Amino acid sequence: MSETNTFILDDQEIPFTPGQSVMQAALSAGVFIPHLCYHPEFRPHGSCKLCTVKINGRPATSCTTPAAHGMEVESNTPEILDKRRTLVQMLLVEGNHFCPSCEKSGFCKLQALGYELGVMTPRFNLLYPTRPVDASHPDVLLDFNRCILCELCIRASTEVDGKFVFALSGRGIKKHLVVNAESGRLADTNFSLADKAAQVCPVGVILPKRKGFAVPYGERHFDDAPISAHVDEFKPVMPGQEGRS
Amino acid sequence: MKNSDAIGVVLKRHGNDGTRLMQILRETQEALGWLAPATLTVIAAGINWPRSRVESTAGFYSFFHTEPLGRYRVLWSDNITDRMLGNMDLMQAMCEKLWLEPGRVSADGLVSVDTTSCTGMCDQGPAILVNYRAITHMTMERINQMVELIHVQTPLAEWPAEWFKIEDNIRRADILLTNTMAPGEALRISFARGTATEVETSFSERSWHESMQASDIGASATLDEIKKSALRGRGGAGFTTGLKWEACHNAPGRTRYVVCNADEGEPGTFKDRVLLTRQPDLVLEGMTVAAFIIGASKGFVYLRGEYRYLLEPLNAVLAKRRKLGLLGENILGREGFNFDIEVHLGAGAYVCGEESALIESLEGKRGVPRNRPPYPVTNGFLNQPTVVNNVETFASAALIAAKGGDWYRSFGSARSTGTKILSVSGDCERPGIYEYPFGVTVRQVLEECGAHDTQAVQVSGPSGICLNRDEFDRRIAFGDVPTAGAFMIFGQQRDIFEVVRNFVHFFAHESCGFCTPCRVGTTLLKNLVDKIADGNGTRTDIDEIFHLNRLLQTTAHCGLGHTACNPLLYTLEKFRPAYERRLKLLKFVPAFDLDAALSQARQMTGRDDAGAHLEPQSEVAQ
Repeated sequence: MSETNTFILDDQEIPFTPGQSVMQAALSAGVFIPHLCYHPEFRPHGSCKLCTVKINGRPATSCTTPAAHGMEVESNTPEILDKRRTLVQMLLVEGNHFCPSCEKSGFCKLQALGYELGVMTPRFNLLYPTRPVDASHPDVLLDFNRCILCELCIRASTEVDGKFVFALSGRGIKKHLVVNAESGRLADTNFSLADKAAQVCPVGVILPKRKGFAVPYGERHFDDAPISAHVDEFKPVMPGQEGRS
Repeated sequence: MKNSDAIGVVLKRHGNDGTRLMQILRETQEALGWLAPATLTVIAAGINWPRSRVESTAGFYSFFHTEPLGRYRVLWSDNITDRMLGNMDLMQAMCEKLWLEPGRVSADGLVSVDTTSCTGMCDQGPAILVNYRAITHMTMERINQMVELIHVQTPLAEWPAEWFKIEDNIRRADILLTNTMAPGEALRISFARGTATEVETSFSERSWHESMQASDIGASATLDEIKKSALRGRGGAGFTTGLKWEACHNAPGRTRYVVCNADEGEPGTFKDRVLLTRQPDLVLEGMTVAAFIIGASKGFVYLRGEYRYLLEPLNAVLAKRRKLGLLGENILGREGFNFDIEVHLGAGAYVCGEESALIESLEGKRGVPRNRPPYPVTNGFLNQPTVVNNVETFASAALIAAKGGDWYRSFGSARSTGTKILSVSGDCERPGIYEYPFGVTVRQVLEECGAHDTQAVQVSGPSGICLNRDEFDRRIAFGDVPTAGAFMIFGQQRDIFEVVRNFVHFFAHESCGFCTPCRVGTTLLKNLVDKIADGNGTRTDIDEIFHLNRLLQTTAHCGLGHTACNPLLYTLEKFRPAYERRLKLLKFVPAFDLDAALSQARQMTGRDDAGAHLEPQSEVAQ
């Protein structure tokens, strides 16, 4: 790797290959930047805004900004951490999140980031939206109460499965997930538990039926260490490197 | 005709082209009343899109309804200027006469009444839309007549014609609004430029000229005039028009597009409506000049849904220009210059005024701003280089093309050349359209429109700035008070807090919802302001407003989120008492009234004695 392709992230020199985003380069170098809508296998989306950093003093989303030589990137500063914490709090009051009864507890990225960023209270009044669940599908339950609108299921269904099962409708705070059926029911789509879209939800919306709370407390995914210590799981899959461990 | 046949007619008219989905949805809705689930399925099959994507678009825009909303849909424009003219009382009275609640459909499915964002009739409010047709000057008398017409189900076409009359109210006209140039004049001069006299080119411009073919000399020379004029975009951001057009010309692409942004959604702005009514040829000529310069073959006017009534008149002007050889193939006989323009109607989404959201909408998608870069000049409509400019920018460019950059620079100031059209509304004797050379003071505008005892002026709409009386000597110019055109005046009797509250509700309603900070933050701000309005606000809430503002300014995806806190910030700074007299000034007050929370229990038990109430809170002023 050329010596000239590096940038500074919080006093650490990060190498990158041309074309990588700031996020990809940081994760490759083992430095965690909080994120929810970013996923190593999909094109960056830039909507959750948790990965906001300051690049040469200007705020930018690290998942959508290409890395450039000599950039000075701030990420772990009190100011930026406060903003990320507030964003997680916003997502927590926007939906109906009740971790103790959620099947994804211990596996949920939103919950893990709450711990990572030190979210101690919801801070804002809960919005308590009405979001009926969809239990129509034989194998999958959709619990929209927990949706954070990251669009990963939409991208997976569109780009990998080629099925277009999920899409967004509504606008602003009324934005919500819909499925590809005139009835509005998942059972009337061609969705399958084997779809990529069934595997990517960072929270507890898309759940396999007849399986829940299978892992005891203490052994759940994020029980061992904070999400930032799981940085290797988010390393980018570069073209030609898919087989990389 | 069966529903599926009606949809088929619309689909056929648009060649089953998915990028035309907005127009397909609107025309289908005009034919069938609403967009039923089965309707969306038929449309999706017709354009060969997944049904989920069609539903996605239909669900984004306020003027598309995927639930039945009555044969008559009445929408009250809810800008603060409409409120100041008493629209809320009138709407309430209308609802009572129709026996329904705002936002609900009458039991017989006949009518619904609701509010909508500013419809651009602030100088002639209170304004409404009935089935997306604009009606102004609402009064009790009109409501009484209208309720009768609705009850007996009189078709809209038979309603009194004077209700639909839209006034231009031009109070001060300058170079744009006094234009009398014949259609085609600016084009003829542009074509001729550089052929009669030798074009002078500076060294720095030479490479650009050399890349052009001989027949393009007129285009290059006209671009030089645009650059020389120092014209800056009139939509608010103020980017230099000549540089934008040059960048678009130089960008590689299969084809290029010219888009006129007539999605005039900033509350309090209505000058594009008047320009498109009085000077449509000038605007369309400006677009054609842009096409000549950048080498575009297709143009769109993105007209906001609130101006639906302008669609037929604009189409008539387009047809006339085609007949005159000013649009179509080989324009004015110039071999190979082919360009045509089409009007694309929006459907009630303020965010589509942002250029990349506008392009998404043109492509039939949700109006969500794109990640930038790349910018539209290189990757715009259908990923091709695209120029997007405001209505007023194109009109100004047409004048420059005809009369030259030096002539244009003789108006306005050095950094802000030319004129600016202001939409004046609120507390003044003569609301309407005022065209001034740049550099006019706020005070002069106030004097000429007959505003007395003015407390504040909101310039450039809710996302703009609020000026108090100490600032009325400031000037309308890019370097001082920049504006997209809105100029709302608030007299001494107005409660600035209510102005702000109206604006905060507007942003929450219009957030596209793409990014977390704006989607959730604008609603949290709305709730905070309502809490203060209800008398439950505390100092903590004011601190929270500042905290949210810092978050939105740094992390939001686009200008809507970046500016959503502006109304609060400017007024917290300048009109602090408007807030503080509403605060309880206690260290901690619950977000709700504890005693009021017991009212249901009192009702159920039939008790209302002292024991059924909480002790009155001791009001310890801090």
